Amino acid sequence: MFDTRTGRKLVEVRNLKMHFPIYAGLLRRRVGEVKAVDDVSFDIYEGETLGLVGESGCGKSTCGRAVLRLYDITSGSIWINGDEIGEADFHSLRRLRPTMQMVFQDPQASLNPRMTVARIISEPLDEHTRLSRAEKNERVFDLMDAVGLNRDFANRYPHEFSGGQRQRIGIARALALNPKFIVCDEPIAALDVSIQAQVVNLLEELQAKLGLTYLFISHDLSMVRHIADRVAVMYLGKVVELAPRDALYATPKHPYTEALLSAVPEPDPTIETRKKHILLKGDVPSPANPPEGCNFCTRCPKVMDICRKVEPPTFEVAPGHQVACHLYSETTHETAGETAAAEAHKSIQQGE
Amino acid sequence: MFTFTLRRLLLAIPTLLFISLIIFLLLDFAPGDPTAQLPLTIPPEVKAKIRESLGLGEPIHIRYLLWLKQFAVAEPLHAFDATFGTHFGEGMQRVISWQTRSPVGDIIAQRMPQTLWVVGLSYVLGTLIALPIGVLSAYRQYSWFDQLGTFVSMVGYSVPTFFTGVLLIVIFAVNLGWFPSIYDTTHVVSDWDSFVFQVRQMVMPVAVLALYNAAQISRFMRASMLDNLGQDYVRTARAKGMSEKVVVLVHVLRNSMIPVVTVIALGVPTIFGGAIITEQVFKVNGLGQLLITAIYANDIPMVQTLTFIFAILIVLFNLIADVLYGILDPRIRYD
Repeated sequence: MFDTRTGRKLVEVRNLKMHFPIYAGLLRRRVGEVKAVDDVSFDIYEGETLGLVGESGCGKSTCGRAVLRLYDITSGSIWINGDEIGEADFHSLRRLRPTMQMVFQDPQASLNPRMTVARIISEPLDEHTRLSRAEKNERVFDLMDAVGLNRDFANRYPHEFSGGQRQRIGIARALALNPKFIVCDEPIAALDVSIQAQVVNLLEELQAKLGLTYLFISHDLSMVRHIADRVAVMYLGKVVELAPRDALYATPKHPYTEALLSAVPEPDPTIETRKKHILLKGDVPSPANPPEGCNFCTRCPKVMDICRKVEPPTFEVAPGHQVACHLYSETTHETAGETAAAEAHKSIQQGE
Repeated sequence: MFTFTLRRLLLAIPTLLFISLIIFLLLDFAPGDPTAQLPLTIPPEVKAKIRESLGLGEPIHIRYLLWLKQFAVAEPLHAFDATFGTHFGEGMQRVISWQTRSPVGDIIAQRMPQTLWVVGLSYVLGTLIALPIGVLSAYRQYSWFDQLGTFVSMVGYSVPTFFTGVLLIVIFAVNLGWFPSIYDTTHVVSDWDSFVFQVRQMVMPVAVLALYNAAQISRFMRASMLDNLGQDYVRTARAKGMSEKVVVLVHVLRNSMIPVVTVIALGVPTIFGGAIITEQVFKVNGLGQLLITAIYANDIPMVQTLTFIFAILIVLFNLIADVLYGILDPRIRYD
């Protein structure tokens, strides 16, 4: 498999499923389930950033939370730093929390409004370490320095800060216990553009300094391109493509990735007007009732008959470049090539 | 915060003056004659003289201002004199009850302890029961405990106290004979046995009112907890690796208490209002009962004074609730 840095796998996720039951009717019987994350597998190497992209509601955040076991997962296994946490009970999980932390999307809501910054940051220290009060204070100040917050703000409450500052508090809090692995769940989505860059640069800086490993969840493709080493694309609870960043952005394999990338606006207006956009039709199907076969078959511009019947397995089309699409299967390859060409032509027409 | 409190207190004065005027006018326009209960053998001209002697001959604004002076100046001075043994209020006319011809303030002071003990205790007890129930039913939403709690709350809230009170009397006083059905106000606690008796006679009225209060507050607590349990910062706390106890009791509970404390504070004036019905059922001669009998007897000074005291308490506890809100929630600053 493709190896970016040290080659040691810090996080291994295998066949992760997170289904939320739906209860309905008079007796609240279980009538189905929302397959928010459905059979997802990926690895994250030590020191790298794996970007997780996809449109709203595709299960990115659920996936990130499930990886940290903030949910009780339906099935699958998660190894973080050599510990199996998929099945871990509450107590052993709590012991493992220091190695894995999360930066949340909404920096306002994710901080307790009744705690001062110092308390928010030092609370994990109270719980997991035996530092003295002075040592804790020192640590809090160090962390505030590390994320670029003024030490004088230690006794203020979260509502007194701007969005960017709050996100820094969230990052400082996540760093308090020297974690190895941080899930960044759309950490910049709630910030304005000028602040986004600051926060992303801060995350990169901290990664370089502390050797952190990130799972960076975002729907902002250009930001993911900037920060990620490898990128996983999710659609309706499944990872449809996983590739090194440059390979993914240069030669997207999955029709959904192509469509997603073509939707990124181009800063140069002359290129932008000439660019072919692949417009997907229809809505994302409900994750409670995904289509048979490939999840993307209802909107795919290159759909084939097999897509509506058989769920595509994952193919490795290049080293480290995995794609779950029938276009790349050995058996359908011959016909797929023709169809793909024809469909590609059609999709260009659609774009115009 | 201090200037806010001061400003609100100053603002309360015109508010209360307005309220007192409304009460006064309402009572004045209401039909009813304080001499109506007198025997019919008393000639009409004597009745007219009695009315005049009660001060009813004066024009309405004179009577209002007179009452205001008595209530706002004479009564506090007398209370001050009684406490510190001074003589500032000597010779000043106090608010006099038409029923008993004794000062309204004295009667209220006599009735206050019963109400505070029975109704106040039930409020404290109800709150103490309600909070853990609310927390637990929110934490275990839709569990059997929650369902049971919801059911009991609905019953406690929707079944009126005159029904639960009588039901308790029938079961525990009539059939089982465990508790007396009538509250004996003259009972003096002097030793252990009399204390036990006091407790026994308080059990039923307190239980009835506590059920009612607990039902209300536990619903608020549950709703507020549920509101907060789903918040992002709770997930943050869990992600930090906090124990469930810390998550629930430190993070969620403290934030959930903000609206609940307000509700509790706003409920305190109702204690003084006395649970009018419950006091009637158990024959507790507290403030509620005093108000009812005063209304029956057209004792306007008494009704006016009691109602106005309730109004003062409501305004005051509104202010207290606002101040508490500011203390509990750092996002709210009044200055």
